[in-house]
Order: sequence, then structure tokens, then C-alpha cells
Amino acid sequence: MSTRGTAPGDAWVPSPVQQERLAYRRRRSRRSALIAAVSTVVVLGAVAVAVVHTRGWPQFRHAFFDLSYGVQVLPDIAKGLWLNVRIMVVCEVVILVLALLLALARSLRGPAFFPLRALSTVYTDVFRGLPALLVIFLLGFGVPSLRIGWLTSNALVWGSIGLILTYSAYVAEVFRAGIESVHPSQRAAARSLGLTHAQTMRHVVLPQAVRRVVPPLLNDLVSLQKDTALVAVLGTVYYDAVLQAQIDIAESFNYTPYVVAGLLFLVLTIPLTRLTDWVARRQGWAGATGPV
Amino acid sequence: MLEVDRLRKSYGGRVVLSDLSLSVASHRCLALIGASGSGKSTLLRCINLLETVDDGTVRLEGRDITDPRVRPDEVRARVGIVFQAFNLFPHMSVLDNVTLAPRRVHGVPRPAAEEQALAMLDRVGLASRARARPDELSGGQQQRVAIARALVTNPVLMLFDEVTSALDPELVGEVLSLLAELKADGTTMVVATHEMGFARQVADEVAFLADGTVAEQGPPEQLFTDPVDPRTQRFLRRIIEAGRL
Repeated sequence: MSTRGTAPGDAWVPSPVQQERLAYRRRRSRRSALIAAVSTVVVLGAVAVAVVHTRGWPQFRHAFFDLSYGVQVLPDIAKGLWLNVRIMVVCEVVILVLALLLALARSLRGPAFFPLRALSTVYTDVFRGLPALLVIFLLGFGVPSLRIGWLTSNALVWGSIGLILTYSAYVAEVFRAGIESVHPSQRAAARSLGLTHAQTMRHVVLPQAVRRVVPPLLNDLVSLQKDTALVAVLGTVYYDAVLQAQIDIAESFNYTPYVVAGLLFLVLTIPLTRLTDWVARRQGWAGATGPV
Repeated sequence: MLEVDRLRKSYGGRVVLSDLSLSVASHRCLALIGASGSGKSTLLRCINLLETVDDGTVRLEGRDITDPRVRPDEVRARVGIVFQAFNLFPHMSVLDNVTLAPRRVHGVPRPAAEEQALAMLDRVGLASRARARPDELSGGQQQRVAIARALVTNPVLMLFDEVTSALDPELVGEVLSLLAELKADGTTMVVATHEMGFARQVADEVAFLADGTVAEQGPPEQLFTDPVDPRTQRFLRRIIEAGRL
């Protein structure tokens, strides 16, 4: 801190007054760190003591935090989680494309595009309003029961389609908000150069819009990552992390596998949320919203 | 070159332009002066078809461009406009800002477009900043890039909408001298401005707008020294009192 503000060739030495201030600040920050450390230890210690002495704690610990059982079921659940990750990646790619198309359809002007515009509006209204679980049930149980030859009866596929339908409606709204946040003067500048509506979207509006909505898009990605577990309700032959945990629990009546599955999800989602925060912060000063 | 005939434009119930007529000959510079809200910007936006007119016609090179059968993109590709707030594309480099229209609208291949763009940036004195982002430039530099972006496709008519109003006072000069150079090179231009010195020294003709119409039009020496319309007289008196003429 004391060296900052010294230009090369500048022989600045802090004055006695400034040195005294710096020493005071150093003392203060050492004191603050000490207070934070002590109070953290005290609070955590008190919580730990309270929990351990609560009636029923031994049973609780056995049912939820059985370490050796947790280690035993970990490989199976991790294998299940790999399925969640694959569902998420495939769904996310389809969702981003579909959502962008929906948002673009809503931004089209001109009478010929009325049906597209209306369809996109109705679609987002409907699928944003329906619980994801309901859509997954409807498709995952409903469609295979029809036994239509050319339609797959693979519940995993239908569950994923349910997620795609629901999430693309949300993500489309995120894209639309981004498109509308680009100032009209940008559009006017592009049109004044002779660019068509499509060229203006492609080269001027979308690049700025997408940059702005990266944080909310990552937010939806985190949410999707968790919701891939909803596919498990269809009881597919493919075991995801949650279903795998459920099967283990059915044998042992010990709930540790749920905790293990939960921790594994956190291992995936926490880095993503940190990334989201970091991107959002970075955009705060260097994004497309910057001066101009 | 440009004839505006009995133009009318309103927003909702508010009439901004009414019965406005003026004309600009090739290689001439017309300065539009008048109080804020007198319709200067709206007139320029109408000429560039960024607004749909209520009535009247705008003719460019003899052709009625306010006819709804005319494709606006085609007209805009031949008319350049520079805005008060620059409106550069913040996600593109200076060079990409300038090459966008040549490449996408006029189908010029990238190497040729970049060559043209660099020549144009050199003309506005910014060839060395071609790789910079707009927000790394000063206001005056940004406005010169915006002028280069509008000029690079060789428009037959250039419109300038209060291009120095958003600039710090010490940056106004560099943009105005560029405009004077363009005028000397024979560019046909319409310049909405609050810079009376510019209107007086550079423009061939000055039109004073009041109440959405041309109150008075004439050569600058006549309009500034011997105005006929009482509204022009009042406007100029206020400007002289403010020490701006």
C-alpha cells in the first residue's frame, strides 16, 4: 500500500504524518482479522456443541452422515451423475439454439411474420407457466403409452425434451431482454448505413445482446444442471445420481446416498455459480454496456 | 440534388415539421440552424428515411424517396448520416465499424474494404487507431470515426446531426475543421448545428428553422447580417447576447 502512487523517478517518501496513518491502518487491520477469527471459532464451536447435544443426533448422524456407507455408494452415484452431466450438455445446446430462434421470431416485424411472432409468444407463455415436472410426466409417461411406432418410447429422451421445452421458454425471454436492452440508436446507426433488419440483428444487436445476458444465461444453466434430476421420476432404465441414491436407500434405509448425491451436485454447481458471479462482475466494467 | 417539398411529420398529436420546403444543390453545404426542438434532427431523420413522413416529398437526385415503394435500405446506402452521440458499435474495433457497411451492404471483399477503410481513417487522422475499441478514443476521435464510417461508401449526400454538441469544447474544433475539409472537397452536405461560426464561414446557404418550418433561408452573409424574418432576428440577437457569434 505504501509503495503505490510512486511514479518512476519520483523520490516520494511518505511524510511522518502519512507514516503514522499507515501504521495505524496496519494495526487496525491486524486487530480486525483477529476479531473475525475468534468470533468465527466461537460461533462454529457453539453450533457444533448444540447440534451434537441435541436429542436424536446419533440417529441423525447415522442416517445421513454414515461415512463408510457414503464412500461405498459413491462410485455408483458418481456414475449416475455422469448421466446428469450428459443430459445437461445435450439439453443446454438444444435450449440455446431453440431459445435464440424463439427470441428472434418475436423480434420480427411485418405482417407476413405475424404467425411466427404469435406462435413464439404463446409458446413462451405456456411453457414458462407449466411446472417442469408436469411437462416431464406428460411427455415421459404419456407419449410412450401411445405406442406410435415412429416415435421413440425412450423415457430418457422424452424427459430431456420436457426439460428443453420448459427451459427454452425461459432462456428465450433472457435473449429477448438482451435484444431489447440494446439502445435504439445502435439500430438506427446500422440501418442508416443501409444494413437490413437481419444484418442489423446479426452484426450489431445480437453480439451486444448476448454479451449482456451471459450472467443470466449461466444462472439458467446452473438451474438446468439441478433439474436434470427431475428426469429420474420417470424411472428410466438409466440411473442418474438421484435415482441411484434412491435405489441404494431402498436397500439400506440409510439416507447417506442422498447427501452424497447432493454433495456431488454442489461440486458441479458451485464452480458454475462462482463463474457466473465472476463474469457478471467483469462485465460490470468491461461489458458491452460500457460507455459509447 | 436534394429537394424537400412541403414536408410534414408529427409524433402522436405533436406536429414537429409542417409545410417545410428547402433544397440543396450538388456540392453545396446547407447549414440548418434554430433553437433546440425546432425540428432539425427530425428533418435529417426524415431525409434518411429513419422516420416515415406524414405528408410531402423528399426527392434525392430527382427521385421521390418518400414513395413507400422505394426500398429504404437502398436510399440509406447512398445517404450518410452522422449522429450527435456518435453511435459507434461498441463491440467492434474502429476498423470493423468502418468496414461493416462496405462489406455487408455493398459486398466489397474484406481486404479491399479494409484498404478503403484505412484510407478513410487516414483522412480523418485516425489510421493509427484502427485496432482500438471506440471506448478507448476521445469524443472527438469517436466522432471522426463515425464520419469516416458514413463517408467510406461514397454517399451522394451527407447529413450531420449536431455532431459537435456532445463534445468537450476543446474537441469541437477538430470535428468542425474536418467538416470544412469535406465541404472544400465538394461533398454535398446538410449540417444541423449550433455552431454559428461554422454556419457563417463554411456553409453556402443557411436555413433557419422555427416552429417546424423554414422561417428564412439565404446565403450566410445575408442571413446573419440582415435577417428578414422577426423570429430569425430574435434568435440571432439572443445568440449575439450570449457571445456566440
